[in-house]
Amino acid sequence: MATVETRAVTKSFDGSNAVDAVDLLVKEGEFLVFLGPSGSGKTTLLRMIAGLEAPTSGDILIGDKVVTQMPPRARNIAMVFQSYALYPHMSVFKNIAFPLDAQGMHRDETRKKVEWAAGLFGIQRLLQRKPRQLSGGERQRVALARAVVREPVVFLLDEPLSNLDAKLRTSARDELQQFQRRLGTTTIYVTHDQVEAMGLGDRIAVLNNGRIHQLGTPQEVYDDPADIFVATFIGAPPMNLVESEGIVTGFRPEHFLPHEIYHGDQDVTRFPFKVTRVEYLGSDRLVYGILEQPFPAAHVISRLPSNVSVAVRKDEHHEFVVRNRDLRYFDRASGKRATPPSRTTPP
Amino acid sequence: MEMASTPLRRWISRGGHFVIVAAFVTFCAFPFYWMLITTFKDTHDLINTANNPLLFNNPPTLENLRVLFLDTQFGRWLVNTLVVGLAVVAITLALAVPAGYSLARLAGRWGQQLAIGIFLTYLIPPTILFIPFSRIIGAFGLQDSLWSLVLVYPSFTVPFCTWLLMGFFKTIPKDVEEAAMIDGLSRFGAFFKVVVPISMPGILTVVIFAFTLVMQEFVYALTFITSSSQYTVSVGVPTFLVRGDVYFWGSLMGACLIVSIPIAVIYNFFVDRFVAGFTVGAIK
Amino acid sequence: MIAGADAARTRGLRRFIDNERWLGRLLLAPAVIYIVALVGFPFLLAIYYSLSDATVGSRTLHFVGLRNYGQIMDNPTFWESLRNAIVFTLVSQVLVVVLAKILALALNRNFRGKWLVRFLILLPSVAPISLGVIGWLWIFDPVYSIINWGLRAIGVFGPNTWPIWLGQPNLAMASVIMVDVWRLLPLATVIILAGLSSIPQDIHDAAAVDGVGFWRHLFRITIPLVMPIMLVALLFGVVFTFTDMIVIFVLTRGGPYDTTQVLASYAFFTGIQGGNLADGAAISLFLFPVLVGVAALFLTMARRAEVT
Repeated sequence: MATVETRAVTKSFDGSNAVDAVDLLVKEGEFLVFLGPSGSGKTTLLRMIAGLEAPTSGDILIGDKVVTQMPPRARNIAMVFQSYALYPHMSVFKNIAFPLDAQGMHRDETRKKVEWAAGLFGIQRLLQRKPRQLSGGERQRVALARAVVREPVVFLLDEPLSNLDAKLRTSARDELQQFQRRLGTTTIYVTHDQVEAMGLGDRIAVLNNGRIHQLGTPQEVYDDPADIFVATFIGAPPMNLVESEGIVTGFRPEHFLPHEIYHGDQDVTRFPFKVTRVEYLGSDRLVYGILEQPFPAAHVISRLPSNVSVAVRKDEHHEFVVRNRDLRYFDRASGKRATPPSRTTPP
Repeated sequence: MEMASTPLRRWISRGGHFVIVAAFVTFCAFPFYWMLITTFKDTHDLINTANNPLLFNNPPTLENLRVLFLDTQFGRWLVNTLVVGLAVVAITLALAVPAGYSLARLAGRWGQQLAIGIFLTYLIPPTILFIPFSRIIGAFGLQDSLWSLVLVYPSFTVPFCTWLLMGFFKTIPKDVEEAAMIDGLSRFGAFFKVVVPISMPGILTVVIFAFTLVMQEFVYALTFITSSSQYTVSVGVPTFLVRGDVYFWGSLMGACLIVSIPIAVIYNFFVDRFVAGFTVGAIK
Repeated sequence: MIAGADAARTRGLRRFIDNERWLGRLLLAPAVIYIVALVGFPFLLAIYYSLSDATVGSRTLHFVGLRNYGQIMDNPTFWESLRNAIVFTLVSQVLVVVLAKILALALNRNFRGKWLVRFLILLPSVAPISLGVIGWLWIFDPVYSIINWGLRAIGVFGPNTWPIWLGQPNLAMASVIMVDVWRLLPLATVIILAGLSSIPQDIHDAAAVDGVGFWRHLFRITIPLVMPIMLVALLFGVVFTFTDMIVIFVLTRGGPYDTTQVLASYAFFTGIQGGNLADGAAISLFLFPVLVGVAALFLTMARRAEVT
């Protein structure tokens, strides 16, 4: 178990910065998720921590030791790749044993460790097969077993679930989290899927354009987004944004409900609303529409859970409300969170 | 692979890399460099053993090249080679393009076996076949004629080019042809009007490659042809121009250089495609 | 719409073109016929000649059974040719594979001037074989050899050392081997390079993270994954070298004293220059079983090494 720290780590390619002066401290035993769209720099940052790429400037520390110039094999880390990167010409056993052979471990001890690692993931019966004979889920477990067998101090995972079928993904996610809790190893996990991030992470680092926009628990990034990017990246459907006079007001679809729900509640803001489309999704209804005077004509979405039975129909003019404590304000120019404007009549 | 490493390790790696590459480049390219210098050397400079051969002790001259083109049949040989090359390439394309397409798309299981079979005929070398061929060519009355070469050369260009073209055609997605067939073309029409134009780069690679095969061929040309005016460059130069006499080296090197460099330049552009087509077939 | 009889005829033709089985065979036929006619038939003829008394001048042939083979095998030159061919092939191909592997590894990264380097390295394989070899003839010249001059100039050769590269028996073989390696190396390198670049970068990264050093990485990961394509390149190299006569013919004509004579050149000198077609055919046919054996061996090994 070790902490991972980056100090002002920067990576530039051809004049632009893929990773821009990132300062980060990952706590011992923590499951930290790097979340961001493609090109945000999350994978580059991970690879620099692994030692597969050298930072242009800045330092990387693992367990308080500066490792910036050390090659990957000296850092006592393990990595699971998106493609799993199993050695195609070796059996599963040899794949898992490979890092131990590289250390020169004795044959008997190697065998014991391989069987232990295989046992953790239930793949003992696959040990003599070759990777091309395995399914996607089985390959993923082999990759994990190979990572675990060296008992490293840090796990690095690069979108390990993205190549699995959607159905498999949820159960794999569950197993992954349980296994990390059991071993207690510091883990850094890269993904672009915000549902995965919210489900797995102790903390989430939201990245875009090479910088960390916010670092916090799932609850913090969801309820208290630091800027417009975080607010709209997390949550599906994304947060509704209404702009006027340099202030952007945001509210989540599940907080945007028909006035009947909050009947009698005084601390709300009322929004005249024209419905353009209703989607019935089973567990929820998604209501699409446009705000009306005195608000700007913004397209917004409401999410009604199935236990809200208020009737809402297309082309209807229906008043919707949001509790004031669910409103978030952002400064248009910088994108960052701002204090609520003074309580006057709505613009 | 710019992994993290200490600056010292990086320097050693880069230095070692440079030395290795430089050594190989020297080994491969030096003979041509030497050809280049010799071509332009004044003959008196050349034969004087006291001179440093790496320098032009007398000023460089075009005399050797003049002798080459005016006093020998070299020019004629170049023309012969070109004529044979174009004819053989045309025949090869006519045979190998449809065959390659058939093996890539239409042949199914027995197609794979047949493809390997065609490829393996390449393993019956000219040095086995040239003896019976010498009689066959004589029987047809084609001895000492360039047409003998035009007839026989496709026997080794067609198998290999069919293999290459099969590889190229396999890389073209079937969707394109199927869209054409839905739009009204027959399978043959789709092949001719859609697939062939798309595969032009691959076909061009095959043309270049077949041409180099023709230019390199030696055994058949040496066997079938005896009169000096009918030689191709590949055979004419070693048999006629390698005289015992040292005065001729300049022109001889010029001959070698003039033929080698243009081919090398053109071939260099197509090498990647060539290897790609070759390996697609080999590693299914 | 086309009327009546025309429609029927067009339909018949269209059926032919659209019927894919027929189209496939039709497109394939000309090539196959050509190959059978110009490779299969002469091959059978070669076998027939070897069992006859054919000469360049004779008009008629008589069947003589295995007499030619017996005569050939009594001739010590034949055995020398066979031995030389094997030595020539084995040594040059081992060198080619090892050197090509090293060069391919060196070329498998980007560096400035790579395009030029690749052009220069490819030269030996793309120049017409006989012409490139003539360049070496000049380099090995008994009087003007640049190698000798250079080594003497930097002091490696003393005043009495002046090897006649193509004139002394063992040196001649070494020189011939070196020229063959020179001409095959570039092509082998390019093929192996293609194999190297087809290994996904992830695998190298995983090995780096797993903790392997340089040599283990090379021998346990890189080489096994390039093996299938390396074997194909080796197969070609062996075939081209074992059946080659150009290098020998241009450099030494088989000399000195047949020490560089190989089967292919011996067949040429006996059959064409010597006029004895029957013996020439018989000698050249000894190439065939070796080729078949080698091809079969390599194809099975490559299949077993296949990983995808």
